[in-house]
Amino acid sequence: MFKIVRREEMSGGTVVLNEIEAPLIARKAKPGQFVIIKANETGERVPLTMADTDPVKGTITLIYMVVGKSTALFKTLKVGEGYQDIIGPLGKPTHLENVGTAVCVGGGTGIAVLHPITRGLKQAGNKVISIIGARSKNILILEDQMRAVSDELHVCTDDGSYGHHGFVTEVLKTVLDKNKVGLVVGIGPVPMMKFVSKITKDYGVKTLVSLNPIMIDGTGMCGGCRVTVGGKTQFACVDGPEFDGHLVDFDELTLRLQAYCEDEKECYNNFCTLKA
Amino acid sequence: MAEKPEKKEKTPRQPMPEQEPKARARNFEEVPYGYGPEAAVKEAERCLQCKNPACVDGCPVAVDIPGFINLIKQGEFARSISKIWEKNSLPAVCGRVCPQEMQCEGRCIIGKKGEPVAIGNLERFAADFARKSGECELPTLAQPTGKRVAVVGSGPAGLTVAGDLILKGHQVTIYEAFHKPGGVLVYGIPEFRLPKEIVFSEVAALENMGVKLELNQVIGRTITVEELFAEGFDAVFLGVGAGLPRFLNVPGENLIGIYSANEYLTRSNLMKAYRFPEYDTPIIKGRKVITLGAGNVAMDAARTALRLGAESSSIVYRRSREEVPARAAEVHHAEEEGVQFHFLTAPVKFLGNEKGRLTGMVGLKMALGEPDDSGRRRPVEIKGSEFEMECDLAIIAVGANANPLLTRSTEGLQLNKWGYIVADEATGKTSRKAVWAGGDIVTGSATVILAMGAGRKAADSIHDYLVRGW
Ligand SMILES: Cc1cc2nc3c(=O)[nH]c(=O)nc-3n(C[C@H](O)[C@H](O)[C@H](O)COP(=O)(O)OP(=O)(O)OC[C@H]3O[C@@H](n4cnc5c(N)ncnc54)[C@H](O)[C@@H]3O)c2cc1C
Ligand code: SF4
Ligand code: FES
Repeated sequence: MFKIVRREEMSGGTVVLNEIEAPLIARKAKPGQFVIIKANETGERVPLTMADTDPVKGTITLIYMVVGKSTALFKTLKVGEGYQDIIGPLGKPTHLENVGTAVCVGGGTGIAVLHPITRGLKQAGNKVISIIGARSKNILILEDQMRAVSDELHVCTDDGSYGHHGFVTEVLKTVLDKNKVGLVVGIGPVPMMKFVSKITKDYGVKTLVSLNPIMIDGTGMCGGCRVTVGGKTQFACVDGPEFDGHLVDFDELTLRLQAYCEDEKECYNNFCTLKA
Repeated sequence: MAEKPEKKEKTPRQPMPEQEPKARARNFEEVPYGYGPEAAVKEAERCLQCKNPACVDGCPVAVDIPGFINLIKQGEFARSISKIWEKNSLPAVCGRVCPQEMQCEGRCIIGKKGEPVAIGNLERFAADFARKSGECELPTLAQPTGKRVAVVGSGPAGLTVAGDLILKGHQVTIYEAFHKPGGVLVYGIPEFRLPKEIVFSEVAALENMGVKLELNQVIGRTITVEELFAEGFDAVFLGVGAGLPRFLNVPGENLIGIYSANEYLTRSNLMKAYRFPEYDTPIIKGRKVITLGAGNVAMDAARTALRLGAESSSIVYRRSREEVPARAAEVHHAEEEGVQFHFLTAPVKFLGNEKGRLTGMVGLKMALGEPDDSGRRRPVEIKGSEFEMECDLAIIAVGANANPLLTRSTEGLQLNKWGYIVADEATGKTSRKAVWAGGDIVTGSATVILAMGAGRKAADSIHDYLVRGW
């Protein structure tokens, strides 16, 4: 079992942080890589990109939003309890280099994945401008942590309850107008990544996005995670999860993410009835 | 040597009792029930006990077939399994999945005039008897040598290496990427053909003998081969299987409702999606299902689709019935259960709706042309013969390639042009010192028994290295 040593709830309980003992993975993991976790015998294999790792303590940190049966099950796990299986680190790490100025754009729980990459880009000597957003102030996560690793931090909320009133993409435009930017990293909901990529394409700025298709093995063995990038099929688990945002077929990804919507509802409802 | 089969061939081949096709096409229980002791003895009596048994020549690991059959005939069931174990450490598996008609039974002398001895069924009987009765001698371990061997992958190749080397006194640790051991035996081959309990009991037997099993460890990611040596392993065996699904590269292939056979079977078998929502992993069930390909994998997929409630399940294959690579028993079972076969048909593209879901496939009729490199007649397109087939689930079972995850992260491994590891046929030695390889990652997708055969040769060579040197 992989034991949970720290647990926090964020965004009013809709987002959960777990710090988990997984020394072998913690020793190896790099920013941008993910793990596959499975809570128990009957559980599903769920891919989650790591939000942090501590090789000395031998722990990894995962931050997930509660969206369905599996994450609702994860949420019930307390400190001292744990996950039956964790596999990783999987996928290619982010290529962290000095490009001069880098812009990191994050939305929702994507900010958790973005954080170690932002830190890495900062350590690589970049000037880092970060833009993070959420629907509303009370569900925004990791603001302080992002501020600590950025030279400049912009916050946006859809409802205007905090920071810029509007989308991260609007702020991104002004940032691109004012700065000579070498790289944009955009991680968040698929529509956000799609629009970030659209804008940066107009500006001709290289853009990385981190994709989260449905996965099973995470080792290139099933092809369930296939995405179309530049007209070619790629397996996100081994060829990614990061890809050139200008080449990704986001519409296909959006559809493929809906594959099990109905089943998930059934499973989730079952789970909720059982718990009640 | 000429035998005299005419006189002895009186009893007909004992039929295998099976679940009735209509019923079994809707459940996941094993199809054949297996022989009872009476039928087994009767079948064993059909064997002529040839002096130069042709069947043994046909067996990739040279099991003493007349030997174990003779013991069954005498009612010495426990001794009979010990006889098989001398050469084959997974008989309960092999009795169920080996292509006997191309191996032992295909060579059996009685088969020249009538039906060959049911060697596979007898092997299965002996193994099941031993497992159920617990009546058999456990092999004894040799004196500990203090040498440590890492086995990467827990498919038939890896399990064989582990079993052989633990007996010879070495310490063995198996590293497996998945959360369950068994390789294709667990994630690929369905329950109705090979109950998982059998595979797990074989693995448990190895663990009882002292083999250590490390699950959830992707070698090349979690730990590298370099690190295994640094940790003190003296030898490493790579048995990681083929494990990279081939797609057709036709338009529409990323529609929802199109799976690689690996994904479909892994969801159903390993993740138990057939028991959704009791198990959390969902699977697209499909009313009209098409499976592309005609190997064992395709038969397993098409038959699984029926069991998940499909109204129709069709195999679409580019070549003709003669070229079908699946075991004869699988094709027979599939047909009995109502799987339809469309031979000489190739997929052109897939059609979908606005939600990105599969609605149909355009196929093209083929004719047989000149023989190709494999000696099989090459299918050629019949121009203008496109037609549409309705389907809401399509499973691509046209083979696998070498998964590069491990090979790319390991230095000094020579690969062939397809990315498979180059290993000496007689010993399994790779181009890198103290590293062996065997099974599908060397040969490309093959069979359980060939993977085991390769494992056995590698184990002998590893043992030799550990006591004598490279
Ligand atoms: C659906 C299906 C049906 C089949 N039916 C038959 C049949 O009826 N008869 C027959 O003889 N053959 C059949 N085969 C073929 C047969 O199963 C294979 O040839 C055989 O299993 C190969 O054995 P292996 O040990 O080389 O590899 P595998 O069985 O593929 O096992 C490899 C193992 O290594 C693990 N692994 C991979 N990469 C890593 C890594 N980097 N680190 C750690 N572990 C790793 C994998 O997870 C897997 O568990 C079938 C195959 C399939 C897919
Ligand atoms: S199984 Fe067939 S070939 Fe083998 S010994 Fe018996 S009769 Fe001869
Ligand atoms: S998750 Fe199976 S190939 Fe990527």
